[in-house]
Amino acid sequence: MRLMINGKIHRVDVPDDMPLLWVLRDVLGLTGTKFGCGIAACGACTVHLDGRPIRSCATPVSTVARKQITTIEAVGETSSGRKIQDAWIALDVPQCGYCQSGQIMSATALLAGNPHPSDADIDAAMSGNICRCGTYGRIRAAIKQAAGPAVAVAKGASP
Amino acid sequence: MRSLAGDSVSRRDFVVVLAAAGGGLLLGCRVDGLKHAASITTRLASAGTPAFEPNAFVRVGADNVVTVVLPQAEMGQGILTALAMMVAEELEVGLDLVRVEHAPADDRVYANPHLGFQATGGSTSVRAFYEPMRHAGAAARSLLVTAAAQSWGVDPASCRAEKGSVIHSGTRRTVTYGAVAERAAKLPMPDKVALKNPKDFSLIGMPAKRLDTPSKVNGTALYGIDVRVPGMKIATVAASPVLGGTVVALDVKKAMAIKGVHQVINLGEVIAVVADHMWAAKQGLAALAIRWNDGPNGTTSTTDVVKELEAASREQPVVARNEGDASQPARLIEAIYQAPFLAHAAMEPLSCTVHVRQDSCEVWAGSQVQGRARATAAQVTGLPLEKVVFHNYLLGGGFGRRLEHDYVTQAVRVAKQVEAPVKVVWTREEDVQHDVYRPYYFDRIAAGLDAHGNLVSWSHRIVGISILARWAPPAFKNGLDGDAVDGSAQLLYDIPSIRVEYVRHEEPVIRTGWWRGVGVTHNNYVVESFIDEIATASRQDPVAFRRGMLGKSPRARAVLDLAAEKAGWGKPLPPGHGRGVALMYSGWDTYVAQVAEVEVTGTGDIGVRRVVCAVDCGTIINPDTVTAQVEGGIVFGISGALWGEITLKNGRVEQSNFHDYRVLRMNETPAIEVHLVRNLEAPGGMGEPATAAIAPALANAVFAATGKRIRQLPLQKALAQG
Repeated sequence: MRLMINGKIHRVDVPDDMPLLWVLRDVLGLTGTKFGCGIAACGACTVHLDGRPIRSCATPVSTVARKQITTIEAVGETSSGRKIQDAWIALDVPQCGYCQSGQIMSATALLAGNPHPSDADIDAAMSGNICRCGTYGRIRAAIKQAAGPAVAVAKGASP
Repeated sequence: MRSLAGDSVSRRDFVVVLAAAGGGLLLGCRVDGLKHAASITTRLASAGTPAFEPNAFVRVGADNVVTVVLPQAEMGQGILTALAMMVAEELEVGLDLVRVEHAPADDRVYANPHLGFQATGGSTSVRAFYEPMRHAGAAARSLLVTAAAQSWGVDPASCRAEKGSVIHSGTRRTVTYGAVAERAAKLPMPDKVALKNPKDFSLIGMPAKRLDTPSKVNGTALYGIDVRVPGMKIATVAASPVLGGTVVALDVKKAMAIKGVHQVINLGEVIAVVADHMWAAKQGLAALAIRWNDGPNGTTSTTDVVKELEAASREQPVVARNEGDASQPARLIEAIYQAPFLAHAAMEPLSCTVHVRQDSCEVWAGSQVQGRARATAAQVTGLPLEKVVFHNYLLGGGFGRRLEHDYVTQAVRVAKQVEAPVKVVWTREEDVQHDVYRPYYFDRIAAGLDAHGNLVSWSHRIVGISILARWAPPAFKNGLDGDAVDGSAQLLYDIPSIRVEYVRHEEPVIRTGWWRGVGVTHNNYVVESFIDEIATASRQDPVAFRRGMLGKSPRARAVLDLAAEKAGWGKPLPPGHGRGVALMYSGWDTYVAQVAEVEVTGTGDIGVRRVVCAVDCGTIINPDTVTAQVEGGIVFGISGALWGEITLKNGRVEQSNFHDYRVLRMNETPAIEVHLVRNLEAPGGMGEPATAAIAPALANAVFAATGKRIRQLPLQKALAQG
């Protein structure tokens, strides 16, 4: 099976129903993507599939074979990803940090599709990602910081 | 500060340990550990021999890089940065020159002075290492200055240290630490090193960027579960769903037929499937169709546990505090409070990688008790301790779960039967159902009021499992568990008669242990809810009532005033909203006051809208970390107070994953405001206090919003049951 991950082609010999998470972590050694729950309930395993956030723990690898997969290891190469990572550093968002790969992937996808998200947009995009250290307030602030100061205008102007 | 273990290391002993490790002599285990110890972000294997290593906590390389050795576990609480700041402050280097490395497992050299062995718990890291880490930095600085002075042939007193260099005041000659490191290594340890006056601090007390953040935003930070060793297999496990149960039958053939499965290991009460990857291991485990013999606990449910606790609450207690004479009050108010079993549900499921060889054993994991983790590997393998190397990693949350080493013991037992390194990874279901839970507590509490409504007597009886008796037996004395009564025994309110009692009741059907605040999380809920009850009964404002009893505790009164003022205490709220206050003080020596505002919807859902927290934790190392610990501690505590509950049915834990063990999410998180009181009192603990105070603040807010007093957590379930 051929996988396109972070712009590179990887050939893997794995069962069709194997979740992408374990292919990334156990077969390819891309351990930045985290295992949290195994049932798509916590968001720790979030990666991008053609730019959209998916839970890799509940995504059979056979369904992603012809698509662009982006993980935390390469998300900083995108403009939104870089902004999100910079804001995360500026506000010292992480505590234990374990969930933050997934948080950053969800936040990056949000920002890429919605440059100036409202609080409600942030709730909708981020409530699938659990953080037991309780960094939610800083995550919200960091997304706003990454989006820049045009929030109020954009919110009113969006169709 | 109390020490938990009988063989505790006093401050004086600690200096001796430092001295023994200094003077150019390296301890054997230290050398061994150095070769393998991972830096927080990268492996150290290529670093070679450091130029200067005056003690077990700091090294200076010829390249002028300062390596701080972290004795404690970093699990999000920020001590990686805070402890580095302590060393850097005295060493006179900026954090830009500092690299941090996990210490090897060593219960002597790296003992937590408050606990007596290498352990990260009880909100002790900053308190316990505030002096040792500064001494380590100061000793290094002193030697580097002397070395530079000698190289110039001048008096060391005419030189000063600044930003990683030594400067001769007279000639303004400058030399980097790295350039004199080798010379410094040959000098004898100074007898006495002076610490800086806190007013001269340039790092401690200032907001600093966490050193671990960059690696935590790009996927390079390594947790125990991320370990990869050449030739490694992956295993996952299923323990008997009932504690004390054993395997009766399993279909090994079916599991072995799954591609990638190598081995099925039956440990009696645990089955492990060893495979190429987690997916094969999980499928193999499912295919086994294990049948269990439940053993003696197979019919027990939560109601049985509560019945036993209730019966125990009538037994003879041990007295933790007894002051004044309780005269016959005009009015007696009595209540029973209960707090449930709680799981930790740290984001990183438990994991441990082990390679057992003929004559040695190597273990890789995230642990809050590195020395114990190493010792259990020695015990299980039968190898001498020096043949076991333990590598610690970042912890994807600890909250007390990783103060246990059960998962290390289990992984070593598995690895003994595997001809390769093996990483054992627990599923989330295994993690929730085989946790070491916060104990169930059953409390009887009573207050006497005089004819004027003044509180004249107070009596609190705590009934529950003793964690200390199991985890640190020497600390369990005369039937009293100091942790179980923590936060109640230190009651600050000026009441003429105070009595605090404890009844130990063990429960063999479930394992219990530390949970971010343990004793205090439950005691503060009981005490501060009950104080609110009394305020209501005597028709007094909850803040004014507390304040009136804090004349002898100015620091407590100050945080209460600050929180009340910032929260707008007394200002009107919309219908359905309510404010609740709670004050917290305990063995952590930190003062916390919180005001929570909740909204109870028409359908009875509790939403937390705003929390204001005032904190006085004495000397602050990194104020931004203290703020973060308050923010996070409150979120953790809200999850527990609103929804947290582990229940048993037929000996089995009924919850299994985040769908039925609910935790707070982004859309449910309130605005949190943190106000820090600054002073130079001794540092207090900050990992747990904010968690402890939020449950009563919420319970009191729910009462303000609904008129319903909730005496049994979790709040949402109790409110729904009416």
